[in-house]
Amino acid sequence: MKKEQKIRKIINGTVIDHIKPDCAIKVLSILGNIKDECVIICINAKSKKYKKKDIIKIENKFLKEKEYNELALISPNATISIIKNSKIIQKNNAKIPDFIKGIGKCRNPRCITNYEQIDPEFMVVCKKPIILKCIYCECNTKYIADKEEKIL
Amino acid sequence: MVLKQITHLTSIDNLTKEQINFILDKSKQMLNILNSKKTLNICKGKILACLFFEASTRTRLSFEAAMHRLGGNVIGFADASTSSAKKGESLTDTIKTVQNYADIICIRHPLEGSSKLAAKYCKIPIINAGDGGHEHPTQTLMDLFTIMIKKNTISNLKIGLCGDLKFGRTTHSLLQALALFGNEIICISPEELRMPNEIKDKIQNYGGKIFQTENLNEVINKLDILYITRIQKERFISEKEYLRLKGRYILDKKIMSIAPKNLFIMHPLPRVDEINPEIDNDKRCIYFQQAFFGVPVRMAILEIMLKI
Repeated sequence: MKKEQKIRKIINGTVIDHIKPDCAIKVLSILGNIKDECVIICINAKSKKYKKKDIIKIENKFLKEKEYNELALISPNATISIIKNSKIIQKNNAKIPDFIKGIGKCRNPRCITNYEQIDPEFMVVCKKPIILKCIYCECNTKYIADKEEKIL
Repeated sequence: MVLKQITHLTSIDNLTKEQINFILDKSKQMLNILNSKKTLNICKGKILACLFFEASTRTRLSFEAAMHRLGGNVIGFADASTSSAKKGESLTDTIKTVQNYADIICIRHPLEGSSKLAAKYCKIPIINAGDGGHEHPTQTLMDLFTIMIKKNTISNLKIGLCGDLKFGRTTHSLLQALALFGNEIICISPEELRMPNEIKDKIQNYGGKIFQTENLNEVINKLDILYITRIQKERFISEKEYLRLKGRYILDKKIMSIAPKNLFIMHPLPRVDEINPEIDNDKRCIYFQQAFFGVPVRMAILEIMLKI
């Protein structure tokens, strides 16, 4: 049976493929404004490259920069396809950015960002494993998508 | 002139070597003016706001003295409990308010990164007067000035940083500056209080060399300067851990008797028990002179940052 028959196609929207297994729900949690849209989730689908993967298809949803960045942190191998009129018009690999804003939390308990109502901002100083440096207190935080971030 | 481009001073790495040299030269001029008892009026009509959310003696008073010596005025608070911070006002709101009352702000705050956040929301210059255990750049400038006066150079020296290198903000800033000027730095601390990797990573491309040891007696004979710091009680979460580490390094007559004659002992002060007052009259102990240099150095910083 072909994959397309298992998971139905969408006409307009976004397909996020090659999500790290068991991370689809986490990815879904970072996508804003999807409550009225049709969302198809496939968990533990077969993958030639990674053995298993998760897939998300969302009708009428196109990712914003912040969502792209957070997706890359959760699942760096994910691919993002933009679908218009049932055709893929653009396909990108998730790419961990060099700088992120408004994602994660500085794990330094003495950092000002944990006390003021501001977006935390980080430089990505290492991409494997992902290590974020808070631009305010300069403390390094290891980003672990499915757990609490750990201070190094 | 590049030196006119110092907008904010939140970290010592805001400054280039040339800018640091310029500040030290200017500090020397200010010291000569202070020694000659002349008065200056170059900051007449200017206001410095000293926002001290955390206790201070030397930094606050030397900033205030510096502004008065330049002919300017000072406003501010010495205790967060007398400001609206006590009512829950955010730091950013405080800064947005005070920037309309003053020409320059110096800020001390117990949280790390606070001065950088303040600078982001402030249209007038911000000077970091200590942000938690992070940095204290103006202390470093007066430390460098002290070394310059005593050793006639700030390069190619062997300098020991001793004590609480984990939470000691003065050593975090000083390490970067010493490395920038190509010094050999020996970090002397218990394993639990070592210099954070984030600070060591910052100086990877600088010229200085760093060594690490726990044993002060083993290295004291090799040093030109020993910079000792107190264990930062207020930064510890566990009182038990503080008590366990306190008193690890104590300078007294016995250790000074084996120390080189040309070694200088520096300390950012306040001290607790790491320097026995019995050695205060030893000519190698220069920490009170170091504290005095806070005035000419901060006069220089104020003049440069106010672009006078």
